[in-house]
Amino acid sequence: MTARTMLDKLWDGSEILRREDGASLMWVDRHLVHEGSHHAFAKITERGLTVAEPGLTYGVVDHYAPTAGGPGSPAIARMIETLERNAKAHGITCFGLDDPRQGIVHVIGPEQGLTLPGLMINCGDSHTSTHGAFGALAFGIGATEVAHVLATQTVWQKKPAAMRITVTGRLGPGVGAKDLALAWIARLGADGARGHAIEYAGATVQSLSMEARMTLCNLSIEGGARFGMIAPDDVTFDYLKGRPFAPSGDDWDRAVDAWSALPSDADARFSRDITIDAAEIAPIVTWGTSPEDALPVTATVPDPGRAPAEAAARIRAALDYMGLSPGQRISDIAIDQVFIGSCTNARIEDLRAAAAVLAGRRAKVPGLVSPGSRQVKAQAEAEGLDRIFTEAGLDWVGAGCSMCVAMNGDTVAPGKRCASTTNRNFRGRQGRDSRTHLMSPAMVAAAAVTGHLTDVRPLLEGRAAS
Amino acid sequence: MSGWTTHTGTGVALDRDNIDTDQLIPARFMSTPRSEGYGRFLLHDLRYDAEGRERPEFALNRVTGPSVLIAGRNFGSGSSREAAVYALVDFGIRVVVAPSFGDIFASNAVNNGLLPARVDAAAAAGLAARLAGADATVQVSLEDLTVSLGDLTVPFEIDAVWREKLINGWDDIDLTRTHAGAIAAHRAARARHQPWAIPRGEAAR
Ligand code: SF4
Repeated sequence: MTARTMLDKLWDGSEILRREDGASLMWVDRHLVHEGSHHAFAKITERGLTVAEPGLTYGVVDHYAPTAGGPGSPAIARMIETLERNAKAHGITCFGLDDPRQGIVHVIGPEQGLTLPGLMINCGDSHTSTHGAFGALAFGIGATEVAHVLATQTVWQKKPAAMRITVTGRLGPGVGAKDLALAWIARLGADGARGHAIEYAGATVQSLSMEARMTLCNLSIEGGARFGMIAPDDVTFDYLKGRPFAPSGDDWDRAVDAWSALPSDADARFSRDITIDAAEIAPIVTWGTSPEDALPVTATVPDPGRAPAEAAARIRAALDYMGLSPGQRISDIAIDQVFIGSCTNARIEDLRAAAAVLAGRRAKVPGLVSPGSRQVKAQAEAEGLDRIFTEAGLDWVGAGCSMCVAMNGDTVAPGKRCASTTNRNFRGRQGRDSRTHLMSPAMVAAAAVTGHLTDVRPLLEGRAAS
Repeated sequence: MSGWTTHTGTGVALDRDNIDTDQLIPARFMSTPRSEGYGRFLLHDLRYDAEGRERPEFALNRVTGPSVLIAGRNFGSGSSREAAVYALVDFGIRVVVAPSFGDIFASNAVNNGLLPARVDAAAAAGLAARLAGADATVQVSLEDLTVSLGDLTVPFEIDAVWREKLINGWDDIDLTRTHAGAIAAHRAARARHQPWAIPRGEAAR
């Protein structure tokens, strides 16, 4: 038999049929819906349809979830109520505002054991690639596709090409999955992996925790890939064992056997192969308005005058929006506030990394720390991390998407500059005319302490970076 | 959604790369019901200043009723928000011509009858340059896979599945329901061989 990639195996397992033109009809094992699914529910209601598989559909309030006090406006309250009402009407389990399991959809799926290796997972959110960290086939879909999944529990999708990013070498202190992701996106471009499913491989990836693997897969979409995935192994199994929706008893043993067969065969061929040496990566920050605008914190802001003609206009526009000067040292960029949160970097390990920098120090700027879920929040509080944040002067708030997408009323004011653990530095992403610099939780903590973008590594000396 | 094979309309060039979904429709507008129309939200913060005044220099404010948008690479990157497509469609755009598109955006576009036509960067630049001239009438053919403007005709690429769908205006839900038997068989096999794929979960709360 010919050698198969993990993508091949996952695809074969979920494909119901393939049309002559190449479109595959795929079975959806888990469909996660959030407030944004109101268009899709309206579509199926309009046609008099109901949800085909309520038992495989899970709702969660996250995009509009208030992180302090009640919903910020009647429109926001209506979005939340609409989801809860649709979930109830269709018999769907919903992790609503009063549920202790509530949190960001890509944090709670894994946390609850809903995300498992070998499954096909869809959600109307582009960062659904996060779940691929478990060796699942997971991708974001739009509202028409959400309506289709609701009505049929299937989705039409053309199989992407397989691409492998192999990471070798040791990550230096203060350098993590966020830096790895920004490094490859800077190298290949924000559309560099378009049309591909990325498998992250190599010893360095295998050495990562589940949290770090999720960060890496989460950011796949920022490099243009709809899918990111990592082969399941003991790290995966240890994380999942005992989770509420994970299999148990004999089923667990059978599942682990099946999951252990998922990794790509040794001689499988990928249509693209990229290698990255982790040892060469320094902490990275973005300076512009696309995730590809990323550089080591030790660098200087690009000078459009020295850039190739086709890039110059774009760099100039980005610098203008960001209020930066060509050639300015990145570490001289002063910030107004920080945000630690989002499905990219608000898991327990991310909060620990930020706390390791902040412990015993004061932030020079205000900021929000929003845990990825209520469970992460409870665990952080049990570990005393909340005290470290509040003693540093940051606000410890509730779980949700919060300032990542600025839908719930948590926004960065016009012209203000935020060091952020999120995933998009697009114009206006965190609020109209807001300026976002993406970086790791440790780097955001370092920026908070100094009031400007700064290399976290000296701040970690003599401390254990967790 | 009704199908189409050719389109003739006014072109407009948006000479920027990485027009992402947050620019196409800022998040704060997304709680609006679709029935109210999304056209006024399209590229809102580029079209209007903070006081809500039109920015006269912005391309979309200088052309009346454009339906073909010519843009830079990585158009529609970012979020899965289909509202980005609703904003384009409700504004009157039927075709976006660009060197590359965000994958989810392109798929959302096709689901709403909007053609994401991929051309090479030189062709996009050529079309944009010609739009500066007097006649901005653009012709697009899904049959010949071409975009024409004056004496310039350039080929575009689109996935064969998507092309068929745009031409036929297919509704996927009806199509899929004709495969009900195969779907049921797949589900049964899943339940038998990977019982953990169907959680013995709690009922709805
Ligand atoms: S945290 Fe941000 S990126 Fe993640 S699901 Fe929420 S809005 Fe999307």
